[in-house]
Amino acid sequence: MSILVIAEHDNSSLKQATLNVVAAAKAIGGDIDVLVAGENCGAVAESAAKAEGVNKVLVADNAVYGHFLAENLAELVAEVGKNYSHILAAAGTTGKDFMPRVAAMLDVAQVSDIIRVESEDTFVRPIYAGNAIATVKSSDSIKVITVRPTAFDPVAAEGGSAAVEALDIVKDAGLSSFVGEQKAESDRPDLASASVVISGGRGMQNGENFKMLERVADLLGAAVGASRAAVDAGFVPNDMQVGQTGKIVAPQLYIAVGISGAIQHLAGMSDSKVIVAINKDEEAPIFQVADYGLVADLFEAVPQFEEELKKVL
Amino acid sequence: MKVLVAVKRVIDYNVKVRVKPDNTGVDLANVKMAMNPFCEIAVEEAVRLKEKGVASEIVVVSIGPKAAQEQIRTALALGADRGILIETDEEVQSLEAAKLLKAVVEKEEPKLVILGKQAIDSDNNQTGQMLAALTGMGQGTFASEVVVDGDNVQVTREVDGGLVTVALNLPAVVTTDLRLNEPRYASLPNIMKAKKKPLDTLSPADLGVDIAPRLTTLKVEAPAPRQAGVKVADVAELVDKLKNEAKVI
Repeated sequence: MSILVIAEHDNSSLKQATLNVVAAAKAIGGDIDVLVAGENCGAVAESAAKAEGVNKVLVADNAVYGHFLAENLAELVAEVGKNYSHILAAAGTTGKDFMPRVAAMLDVAQVSDIIRVESEDTFVRPIYAGNAIATVKSSDSIKVITVRPTAFDPVAAEGGSAAVEALDIVKDAGLSSFVGEQKAESDRPDLASASVVISGGRGMQNGENFKMLERVADLLGAAVGASRAAVDAGFVPNDMQVGQTGKIVAPQLYIAVGISGAIQHLAGMSDSKVIVAINKDEEAPIFQVADYGLVADLFEAVPQFEEELKKVL
Repeated sequence: MKVLVAVKRVIDYNVKVRVKPDNTGVDLANVKMAMNPFCEIAVEEAVRLKEKGVASEIVVVSIGPKAAQEQIRTALALGADRGILIETDEEVQSLEAAKLLKAVVEKEEPKLVILGKQAIDSDNNQTGQMLAALTGMGQGTFASEVVVDGDNVQVTREVDGGLVTVALNLPAVVTTDLRLNEPRYASLPNIMKAKKKPLDTLSPADLGVDIAPRLTTLKVEAPAPRQAGVKVADVAELVDKLKNEAKVI
């Protein structure tokens, strides 16, 4: 068996999710090659070559891949990937965009968002917003798979010494072009990879009150998230959403503030190692998954929490 | 221009899902069904394009059992002009759904196809992208803004860490994210009018598509429950536990 892992990166650095996907590839077994497609992405390829368990790094460095347009990436991945038994990518917004396109081009099904590998053709994945867990078997010759990064412990970032090979394959589908982007400006860690996350819900009452959470986040080096209810109410942007329809997180510490614990939110955070819930409603379902629950008015508890943290940190 | 919208009949998002005791799937007997929420957003976007004079006709298509007519009628009540049901009682997976939709695209020749980014039952997030690949169209997935401008469409996409805007040649495929719009409710007069709008029924065989699934579900289980922990009395105790017991700060 041979597995092609598509690296997730921003042209300058390799995203940690790639190391989680390599771990999933190791669980399947076989030679693991990593494809880095981007523009001026040499440094990414070098990082990928150091990752544990990687056999070879293939680099497609060209302007047509610079913005990760699905139409161009899919043509490249389908051509390179047809010689492999498995093609894997992280189930982030990039992988979710181009991978089904790859699968369709190869006329195979895709197995989305796997959380466990049972065997080379059998995988476990959540369905119905994590309310059910399905074990599925693929009968296709090439398995196209997206991996939920938080479900696999990453391989070591250092220690490997894979060969790096440049690919001279330029695929411009001519269907799409990049117009612009708006990055969420933040000095805080990325929500999906942060080791501590503090999230607010509808109980926050408005976007201004999220500043309270930001102050705590800065003390803990945490990312700030939100429930779908807080996003729908317009308090904060959608890229902060934790839940089945937003980001799936599994930090060491997850602090839910003013979040009732709707099923769709729990699906996005219940794999966290330690969960803290602060809510004034004693009956809130969030307390059923919380390791530590504090029944209190968040507008009193959060400033106190900030003061107490300052004492011990 | 003609807009094609695909909608899926799924378990209502407010219903608590129960796994069948024999682990063969999820219990759908006597459960309330509804249009997939992301598909509602797709219908709404098409209706808004028509209200702006950009779209001239909205065709809504669904794949599923006879009862999926209900979801098509809902879309017609919201403002779609006519419906197509590809009727089957078999399980249709994403690749096969994309092939069926491709056959409809070839017949209808829409300039824009709008789908929800994922269905809340299988959570696959695949069909729109697969349809785009099979029809050779560009794709604007997870859209939070759609602007049609002459021969192209600009789609602002919700991605990890922000927003990205791409320009696609028409015809193109767009898949909707949550914040694209807020769907309206159908008015009673429009629900009555929708009953008279045309709705054609086809079979997968009529479209020449083999819908045999490639993935076999071996079992479906309920997720392992997480144990509830303890309640702490105050913030000081919480911080103490986090530092000395859980050792996470």
